[in-house]
Amino acid sequence: MDVSLLIIQTLNGLQLGLLLFLVASGLTLVFGILDFVNLAHAALYMVGAFICATLTYALGNFIYAVIVSLPITAAVGFVVERFVARPLYARGHLDQVLATFGLILVFETLAHMIWGPAGIAVPLPPALDGQTLLPGAIEIPTFRLVIIGAGLAAAGGLFWLVNYTRLGMLIRAGASNRTMVGALGINIQLLFSLVFALGAALAGLAGMLIAPITEASIGMGNSIIITAFVVIIVGGIGSMKGAFIAALLIGLIDTLGRSFLDDLFGLFMSSDAAENAAPAVSAMLIYIIMAGVLAFRPQGLFPPKVR
Amino acid sequence: MKYLAQAAVAAGLAGALGVQPALAETAKIGFVTTLTTPAAVIGNDMKNAVDLAMEHLGSKAGDTDLEVIFADDGFAPETGKQATDKLVKQDDVDFVAGYIWSHVLLASRKSVLDAGKFLISANAGPSQMAGKLCDENFFSTSWQNDQTPMAMGEVLNQQGVKSLYIMAPNYAAGKDMVEGVERTYKGEIKGKDLTKWGADAQLDFSAELAKAKASGAEGIFVFYPGAAGGAFIKQYDQAGLSETLPLYSVFTVDAISLPKLQQADFKAVLGSRTTQEWDPTLDNEANKKFVADFKAKYGTYPSYYAAQSYDAIMLIASAIEAVGGDMSNKDGIRAAMKSADYESVRGKYTYGNNNFPIENFYLREVVTDADGTWTTKVVSTVYKDHQDSYAAECPLK
Repeated sequence: MDVSLLIIQTLNGLQLGLLLFLVASGLTLVFGILDFVNLAHAALYMVGAFICATLTYALGNFIYAVIVSLPITAAVGFVVERFVARPLYARGHLDQVLATFGLILVFETLAHMIWGPAGIAVPLPPALDGQTLLPGAIEIPTFRLVIIGAGLAAAGGLFWLVNYTRLGMLIRAGASNRTMVGALGINIQLLFSLVFALGAALAGLAGMLIAPITEASIGMGNSIIITAFVVIIVGGIGSMKGAFIAALLIGLIDTLGRSFLDDLFGLFMSSDAAENAAPAVSAMLIYIIMAGVLAFRPQGLFPPKVR
Repeated sequence: MKYLAQAAVAAGLAGALGVQPALAETAKIGFVTTLTTPAAVIGNDMKNAVDLAMEHLGSKAGDTDLEVIFADDGFAPETGKQATDKLVKQDDVDFVAGYIWSHVLLASRKSVLDAGKFLISANAGPSQMAGKLCDENFFSTSWQNDQTPMAMGEVLNQQGVKSLYIMAPNYAAGKDMVEGVERTYKGEIKGKDLTKWGADAQLDFSAELAKAKASGAEGIFVFYPGAAGGAFIKQYDQAGLSETLPLYSVFTVDAISLPKLQQADFKAVLGSRTTQEWDPTLDNEANKKFVADFKAKYGTYPSYYAAQSYDAIMLIASAIEAVGGDMSNKDGIRAAMKSADYESVRGKYTYGNNNFPIENFYLREVVTDADGTWTTKVVSTVYKDHQDSYAAECPLK
């Protein structure tokens, strides 16, 4: 096997994994701390992409657009928490799933009305649009490296926020015992709103980063949200560390599966059969892993300590 | 009891009316396409073309009023079949037309044909329905899936491309496309990827593009219709492959993807070549009128999806007119459709034994038109009066 190809595919897998982490971290934060199942996370991902696409044309630069879009997406999350999520905290998970699924439809129809059905392609500034030559004559699109960098930065920032700041301490305390935190005079409602807005901003960031690669389009969140749920189930629901490791794991497995599975199958079956079986199996691979985790370690690989 | 009697009288009346064909003054056409999911961008183009065709016809075929009922397939075979069932059973349409996707058409065909209605594909051309599953009441106004990539295979041979990497989505049409190009292309195939398709299709091709680049092929052949096409071209451009791995595509670079690519200024696509049975520059009266009116009404070039949908409505209208609006005259309608006696925007064509068109295929190039808009023009004719490879498997005469 070609070593440089393996390295490139590993980087591609890393990039996919970090994008997944951005989506899954918000999902697991909201689920772990607010005990709220938010399917509409997918819609926030889409909203982030559309806002960023519009602003890219308005401001003339993708980077500025991302910087401006992040607080806007967070604000959308804040509003959703206040008016949709909050009345549902006391209800069961099924009610939450129904309501947030409805919210997806509302957001998609709104996007259809505002931006039309066609989707928006997002141009990159010339500096990000080319390729970067890494040591060992490995050439990779520059923007993929940007995604890896942004993903790692967001992950680092999140770990710092949760583990070393007062807000993070309150978030962790709120996850363990929200009544007690409230009794100590902390505004738990505001805390929850902030967590929700943070999750929205992270999902939005993922949408913004994927938009120049694919495009901002209606329904773009639906495929990644399913994979993100796989990630938090494998990682352990509510666990940030689990989400990070599982996201990288799923990203790498998916990418490497798509890359090398047909060669691997070719070793022990006819090339025709391998050609037909490989795409089917690589599409199933991450679900097979999820099924395995559910069977042997249903709490996930890294369950949070307090639940 | 009184109501029952009334119902019986009403039913009797309806039956009496039914046997008098001259009174059937409205012919109903169901049109199934994708109106939700990102692929709705194709469905909208088709719907626009149907609306334009109805406008050109004055919503009439001869003396018969025409009515079109649109239905959404949601980019999924099961939803498409449900929509088709509703059109056939509840709306009782006379024709069901449309269908972008081969897997949706394959799932829906039985609902239409078993009810004795006519089925007209305005895009999808699965190999099965050109061969063993052909039917006297099924007509295509597009092509059989393999034909366009076969033409591309010929072009690759002519240009001396010695090795090729192939990428397509993993569904019925994707497999047909791969088979089509493999049938005519004589060089070496270095590698092949079939990617996930449907409402949650794979749109990030980083792994596949890295493989294609590492394979050392002299060209890459792809089939990515709709929004996926734009995504593919962007990533192909970002990976800097346009110099080392020239792009040869079918159904990927089109009037759907070009406006968006132009808006984002992806110049790599200019000069790229595709094969097709139709082009906005084809020189015939019907096409000139279609393209000019479409642009005037909707502000963009029509795509081949639009052209084929326009033709589907015109074909149906010509058949209804030929039988004088007598919808019970199935044999007459069938014979009229088989003669393809209407002004097709691709120019005159004929039908083979399997009711697929025998038509020309052109090589098209992406160019900038006089107004600065990115579009395509015909470079050369690859096939003249080409018939698909599955016609022999079809038992129809």
